[in-house]
Amino acid sequence: MYDFNYHRATSLESAAEIYSQSEDPVYLAGGMTLIPTLKQRLARPTDVIDLGGVDGLSDVEQSAETLSIGSMTTHAAVAANSAVSSVIPALSALAGGIGDPHVRNKGTLGGSVANNDPAADYPAALVGLDATVVTTQREIPAEEFFVGMFETSLVEGELISHVRFSIPDRAAYMKFANPASRYAIVGVMVAKFPGQIRVAVTGAGPAVFRSGEMEQALASEFSPGAIDGVTVAPDELNSDIHAGQEYRANLVRVMAARAVEICG
Amino acid sequence: MTLTVKMTLNGNAVSAEVEARTLLVQFIRDYIGLTGTHVGCDTSQCGACVVHVDGKAIKSCTILAAQCQDSTVVTIEGLADGDKLHPMQEAFRDNHGLQCGFCTPGMVMSAVDIVARHPHLNEDLVRQELEGNLCRCTGYHNIVKAILAGSPRG
Ligand SMILES: Cc1cc2nc3c(=O)[nH]c(=O)nc-3n(C[C@H](O)[C@H](O)[C@H](O)COP(=O)(O)OP(=O)(O)OC[C@H]3O[C@@H](n4cnc5c(N)ncnc54)[C@H](O)[C@@H]3O)c2cc1C
Ligand code: FES
Ligand code: FES
Repeated sequence: MYDFNYHRATSLESAAEIYSQSEDPVYLAGGMTLIPTLKQRLARPTDVIDLGGVDGLSDVEQSAETLSIGSMTTHAAVAANSAVSSVIPALSALAGGIGDPHVRNKGTLGGSVANNDPAADYPAALVGLDATVVTTQREIPAEEFFVGMFETSLVEGELISHVRFSIPDRAAYMKFANPASRYAIVGVMVAKFPGQIRVAVTGAGPAVFRSGEMEQALASEFSPGAIDGVTVAPDELNSDIHAGQEYRANLVRVMAARAVEICG
Repeated sequence: MTLTVKMTLNGNAVSAEVEARTLLVQFIRDYIGLTGTHVGCDTSQCGACVVHVDGKAIKSCTILAAQCQDSTVVTIEGLADGDKLHPMQEAFRDNHGLQCGFCTPGMVMSAVDIVARHPHLNEDLVRQELEGNLCRCTGYHNIVKAILAGSPRG
């Protein structure tokens, strides 16, 4: 790791201020992606701005229709939060299935979505649960937020303060996890809202996407069998040593069917 | 840049002047001289480096010492009471939960955290909770037995 200047921000404003005054800065949340990246010398920031000392970014607030979670909330804290498990149990399960206990104790919601790893779990939750990303500058609907592989619509210096999830009638997340890292080879969030079904897929493509065909099929009949006939085109999907395109395409349907089954 | 990092380590106030890029595990081993915490992979996978920071089990190879400013840190050296081993250390010894011992400091620190978080442990849960700790020797079986035996409610 190359050396850098270290700053511990005390507010979002001071973090953004330090950012604007630094040559090539980067924000640090839990460090679960950033520190491995720095160790491999894949990045050489001049300044690392630690958000760990900013108060008020780990709150969970519930309203009638939404659940708002602070960007610095760790995966372990989301998994253990009683408001989350009572209104969106699928989200608790998703957070509790990320990596391992040590990663969950440091990794954060904001860091995970800002990073937009194609195999990360949270993007499926944000898109499936029709979430809004709230930043220091604006509100971004999840579908506009995740642009492409490791790419989001955040601009230079923009900070995520929290994520606002819509509370569904029912939802379930199923993933086929990489046995070593636990990242999603394929992960599918199925959510049932009044008058709308959403199916969001992570791990399979360059970035999270919705399956319109599955949503339509499930809207006319909400059962695992309803998506039997839906074919997922393999051409645009990822292929690596863990799973080829055809296999991933099949996993999308299998994981979606399992999620529907759990939704009931 | 260099900065002075202070923390409470195994009950003692410690501090050292370090480069900003210094990892917590380097701070503990190279600056303070406590070498019980091991580095197995340096890529956040193996858990040999697990310590507790403010009561939470974390991988000390994937956190800057600077992030632990003013924190309370416990390492494997902080568990025993003088010559008297911690019950979890006893349980690992009694159940032959180690062979070469390289993974053991991280295993024991994770184990102490697992039993603290789960009032009702069973074998399945222990195996799930060990997701972040790798052992190349034991095949895990005796580690799982040790953790169940080392649980105060076990
Ligand atoms: C061994 C291991 C296993 C893992 N397994 C999984 C898994 O199964 N599923 C999964 O989804 N993930 C997994 N992860 C990733 C983990 O979930 C982390 O959440 C993710 O790495 C992001 O880490 P972080 O929150 O610590 O952010 P950091 O690493 O600190 O930051 C990541 C990026 O986000 C930026 N950033 C952070 N916070 C903000 C903010 N508030 N506003 C704007 N930008 C911000 C940073 O500048 C940086 O570029 C794993 C990681 C490890 C090390
Ligand atoms: S040395 Fe830290 S996880 Fe392997
Ligand atoms: S005892 Fe040798 S690695 Fe676990």
